Amino acid sequence: MRASLFITCVNDTLFPEAGRAAVAVLERLGVEVDFPLEQTCCGQMHFNTGYARETIPLVRRFARAFADSEVVVSPSASCVAMVRHHYRRVAALAGDAALAREVDALAPRVLELSELLVDRLGVEDVGARFPHRVTLHPSCHGLRLLELGERPLRLLRAVHGIDLVELPDATQCCGFGGTFSIKNADTSTAMLADKVRAILDTGAEICTATDSSCLMHIAGALARQRTGVRTMHLAEVLAAGAGPA
Amino acid sequence: MSPEAFPVAARRALADSQLRRNLARATRTIREKRVRAVAELEDWEELRAAGAALKDRVLRHLDDHLTELEEHVTDAGGTVHWARDAAEANRIVAALVAAHGAPSVVKAKSLTTEETRLNGALEAAGVEVTETDLAELIIQLGGDAPSHVLVPAIHRNRSEVRELFAAHLEEAPDTLTDDPRELAEVARRHLRRRFLDARIGITGANFAVAQTGTIALVESEGNGRMCSTLPELLITVMGIEKVIPAWEDLEVYLQLLPRSSTAERMNPYTTLWTGVTPGDGPSAFHLVLLDNGRTTVLADALGRQALRCIRCSACMNVCPVYERTGGHAYGSVYPGPIGAILAPQLAGLEESRSLPYASTLCGACYDACPVAIDIPTILADLRRRIVERPDASRGERLAMRALAGVFASPRRYEAAQRAGRLGQGPFVHGGAITRLPGALGGWTSSRDLRPLPPQSFREWWRDRSAAR
Repeated sequence: MRASLFITCVNDTLFPEAGRAAVAVLERLGVEVDFPLEQTCCGQMHFNTGYARETIPLVRRFARAFADSEVVVSPSASCVAMVRHHYRRVAALAGDAALAREVDALAPRVLELSELLVDRLGVEDVGARFPHRVTLHPSCHGLRLLELGERPLRLLRAVHGIDLVELPDATQCCGFGGTFSIKNADTSTAMLADKVRAILDTGAEICTATDSSCLMHIAGALARQRTGVRTMHLAEVLAAGAGPA
Repeated sequence: MSPEAFPVAARRALADSQLRRNLARATRTIREKRVRAVAELEDWEELRAAGAALKDRVLRHLDDHLTELEEHVTDAGGTVHWARDAAEANRIVAALVAAHGAPSVVKAKSLTTEETRLNGALEAAGVEVTETDLAELIIQLGGDAPSHVLVPAIHRNRSEVRELFAAHLEEAPDTLTDDPRELAEVARRHLRRRFLDARIGITGANFAVAQTGTIALVESEGNGRMCSTLPELLITVMGIEKVIPAWEDLEVYLQLLPRSSTAERMNPYTTLWTGVTPGDGPSAFHLVLLDNGRTTVLADALGRQALRCIRCSACMNVCPVYERTGGHAYGSVYPGPIGAILAPQLAGLEESRSLPYASTLCGACYDACPVAIDIPTILADLRRRIVERPDASRGERLAMRALAGVFASPRRYEAAQRAGRLGQGPFVHGGAITRLPGALGGWTSSRDLRPLPPQSFREWWRDRSAAR
């Protein structure tokens, strides 16, 4: 299989290790990965903050960058949700029927990493070894917009040596919400405090997720409070313990 | 006057330990119960889809259904009034009360009259108003505002209720404790006398069946039944979106509403009445149909979904923002996720422009909504309408446009990545960014930020490709 990596601006700029890990996992499983350098940002932050019109050129860019891709894979549930759920609205707002058709054709081919692994490749054990206590925060857009369900957990359960522990109140939002974390910093922090407490209650060393932006938020508090607990993207856990591709 | 902005009011609420504890406990309990109540029905998703589709159809032909309702209410001996806005509705009700010549009214189950602030209007006209819903009574005695659609006094604890009852209710014995049973008994005796004395009752309506002109009132305490049957004159104030075409449509909503709201299979009291029946119940019935911004909401193809709302409050109970701030922070009669899309649409964006931002767009509200209102998408669209207003924040718009310009070109984007790595130096201390300037300071007030790593993903990819 050939797949184009949609890295997302957050991973590209801040968390390249998540992208490198995704490439390692995919190549280990025999997927031929390409990376269209024309890609930048999916426009999620602009769209969700109300700047839907400013999102139009970003949607065009995305559609062009991945037009020829058989499958697009991304280590970010919320960015995939942006493409699959909101691109159609942006195209409608632009009043561009051709763009709407392109988006409709492309959106179903854009998959979050665990979807590609579990649904397309039919794999759960990716050959990873990670002898640590880990808990999963199922990020909201993965949970509710992509309906990833058990996919990330099934992948984690198959990791050798892992001590996977359930996160209490796992489905509660961590309070990030993009610009919400700044515009409503106090409420965001109150939500994050409860998420951090739930993580600490598990005794986990590592909190993982399908979304680097949620992890950036959670890690921000884990670090500020010197909890000694760290975050890792799901792709990094899945890439652990096996040699480079 | 615009209400206080959400972040300011929220900050105060977040520091209220009593409120936080009550809210966390109450919302968790009702959330868990709701999941169980909903899981009992195998066809819940079908019911939900039917509930949404029925309301959408009603809204498409709202004028026809309303005139049919008017015709059948009138045929059954009732009188229908049309109110363009809150002031007109209050004038109509005040005139009816004055014409009847009674000094007091009893009220039940009416969020809509909270919206119109009817109590203030009646009190200004010298009429004594008694709220008969237990929680509403507590709110009224405390000179307070409801903070939840279903549990309006969720922010009060029982010792506060005891103080209010002891101070205001003559039925309260000197020995009154904060035992819930004793408190309920005092309220019951107080209200019973009001019910028996009242000559005028005012209620809201959950549904109005156009086919027969029948009003449906769904409640738990029996006070709605008392208010709608004991007085001589009954006045019902309802939003125009509450009309449904036929009795068979009630079948859908009477399953969706109690399970979503109180997590019950069936609510204790469902009262249905059609006009007046000589010798049985009120001798006069007036129905006030309220617009108050609803037809404006109807004109918005996306936002009109908000008019499907059956006021169950499920969205509040699952909302992580509401769970922490409570209802008052929203500064609106309709709090929580539904309030964040309804209040700005009803009252105008300039009135409550901070509300559409009072959400992380986590989507829990959409999942729980029994009529499938896509609240997150409407929130994002309301944000669009806010930032496109001429009086929107110019600074934010400039920053977002500049950023969009960066993302529009891979060359500029990569230049910005390099500039970020160079420019972050002064902010990095001990391997972390702990303090950022301006609006970004909201992040670092409670969270660290990892600095930009020395190599972006695309730089790594290029190096790797070159090496192969």
